[in-house]
Amino acid sequence: MAQAAKEKADHFSAYKALAKALAGQDPAWLVNLREKAAAHFEALDFPTTHDEEWKYTNVSAVLKTPFRQHFEQDVTDLTVEAIAPFTFAETRQSQLVFVNGLFAPQLSDVSALPVGVTVSNLAQVPADAAKALHDHLATQANHRDEIFTALNTANLNDGAFVFIPKGKAVETPIHLLFLATAQTATIAHPRVLLLAGEGSIATVIESYAALGESVYFNNSVVEIITQADAVVTHYRLQQENDAAFHVATTQVYQERGSNYTSYAISLGAHLARHNLNVVLGDQHVETTIDGLYVVTGTQHCDNHTSIDHAHPHCTSHQVYKGILDGKGRAVFNGKVFVREGALLTDAHQLNKNLLLSADAHVDTKPQLEIFADDVKCSHGAAIGQLEDDELFYLASRGIAPEKARALLTYGFAEDIISKIKLKSVRQYLDRQVLDKLHQSLEVE
Amino acid sequence: MLEIRNLHATIDGKEILRGLTLTVNAGEIHAIMGPNGSGKSTLAKILAGHPAYEVTGGEVLFEGKNLFELEADERARAGVFLAFQYPIEIPGVSNANFLRMAYNEKAKHDGKDELDPLEFDDLIQEKLKIVEMDKSFLNRSVNEGFSGGEKKRNEILQMAVLEPKLAVLDETDSGLDIDALRIVAGGVNKLANKDNAIILVTHYQRLLDYIEPHFVHVLYKGQIVKSGGKDLALELEKKGYDWIKGASAAA
Repeated sequence: MAQAAKEKADHFSAYKALAKALAGQDPAWLVNLREKAAAHFEALDFPTTHDEEWKYTNVSAVLKTPFRQHFEQDVTDLTVEAIAPFTFAETRQSQLVFVNGLFAPQLSDVSALPVGVTVSNLAQVPADAAKALHDHLATQANHRDEIFTALNTANLNDGAFVFIPKGKAVETPIHLLFLATAQTATIAHPRVLLLAGEGSIATVIESYAALGESVYFNNSVVEIITQADAVVTHYRLQQENDAAFHVATTQVYQERGSNYTSYAISLGAHLARHNLNVVLGDQHVETTIDGLYVVTGTQHCDNHTSIDHAHPHCTSHQVYKGILDGKGRAVFNGKVFVREGALLTDAHQLNKNLLLSADAHVDTKPQLEIFADDVKCSHGAAIGQLEDDELFYLASRGIAPEKARALLTYGFAEDIISKIKLKSVRQYLDRQVLDKLHQSLEVE
Repeated sequence: MLEIRNLHATIDGKEILRGLTLTVNAGEIHAIMGPNGSGKSTLAKILAGHPAYEVTGGEVLFEGKNLFELEADERARAGVFLAFQYPIEIPGVSNANFLRMAYNEKAKHDGKDELDPLEFDDLIQEKLKIVEMDKSFLNRSVNEGFSGGEKKRNEILQMAVLEPKLAVLDETDSGLDIDALRIVAGGVNKLANKDNAIILVTHYQRLLDYIEPHFVHVLYKGQIVKSGGKDLALELEKKGYDWIKGASAAA
């Protein structure tokens, strides 16, 4: 334990230096928030595999690494062309780019977004959106009890604020790209607040990618609030490099009649953990959270989700699919709560895994806890391999075994990918998934 | 085209085919009938190369060459086709992609040009008519959510696309309503010609009202115990399989 405490103090104390560096720059409430979060961080311990929520995901390797934290953007030679593989045609003029955790103005462009819509880094939030930021930042993610969230909040300096005002329908998708480029072990604390005002409509892509092979650690926190009748589609594309550590929490709060759809795609990182928690905070809320994870080599990917039904007449759908090859390891833990009084809840959850190798391993635990009557709920988990009968069917049509396996695996992933409405994101993922599985397949 | 000589085969050590002999020539339609468990479906799957079955004796020549030297996918490219009794669903793969991939694999083998999506679209429009299928089938995942009749029509559509030399139709009539039966049988009749051969594996005579076979064989306990013309099917229908079982026991 002494060793763990020393590592914690040695490796994760950058927020102290950050506070000094930022002295006098930020509003008092933000300074106060950081200080509170820092106090919580100091009081909390990093989880071990003895903690139920971290039983299958060992973060000790993350904690042992002495990471360096950037306080100022020192990467200024990156060009828009250099990051083109990670950006999308639909969002070239509606993207914010963060490099090693800090805003990169030369790569960012939000000129395509309508007036009144705020898509900005925290330091440059316009005056008319400042109150909304103050009122909502750090109100959802739990920095009191969750050590990674506390650490992120103690380091809250830069980040993205997306604010869609009441009644605004934004057709252009918004892209938030978090890019890692460092040659030395770097830690970053990406932070996003997405506030979708009453009756607004927006699509947000949150993506993580890397230029380079070095180890780094992204400790990300995203808060999303969908106010009454807002409709938010959220694409989360995690494609860190093979050496990276990625720990993230997405905390969503939905108000009455709002609709939140999430596609969480996890392809990268040496170790990835994503907590996606959705609170259905009022009646007639609709939630869809779909996910796809692909692990190969010695990758480890852990998805913990929670869907909290506390009110009547709400619907949630969840399908998470995983493809595991090599010595890849995955964890799925999906909780669905239907609390007392959440009558006429309609909640469905499914986790399906495809094992392509005998050495791959998945631990899946769908959990449904129902405390209300008159509800329609289902949950399930499946772990399987490519079936001989499927392969034979394709063989009987002249498709050779290797190609048949590629086609079936592609189909397994496509079940999720094909639901994605943004064409360039869909094509990007098709390519990435096939490349990752070393499969070549010509498909439309 | 196809010569099956004294074929013996087992699955999980259990003997299913016990010395089956059959010759099929180009331009012929053969019906293989028999009670449940007689080995009909086993024969169909063995011809297509299903890995679960083990051939323990005899030989099968396809166009004069040993069929068992070819893997399942090689047989398909060489012109053997099996219409499945229970077609497999492939979620996430569109019917159009699947059909084009199958077509192109065979085209490559035959030294013909592969087709791009637009060229293939022209070809498939014609083929859809054969089984009276709507274009919307092409965008759906292969067999996923298809009714029984739609799955069987999709099998015949694949046959139409691949134009096999030898087509083995395994219980293609099972589970079809009368309209679907008429459409599926009509499709097969349109595809039958003097250069190809068709083996219909069926439990019932009803399919043979729509597709007229040149020969009918009765399979029982892994052997062909009786062969004849299409009248044999009618006789079987009238007398039932007990007639064959009795005759076989007496012999």
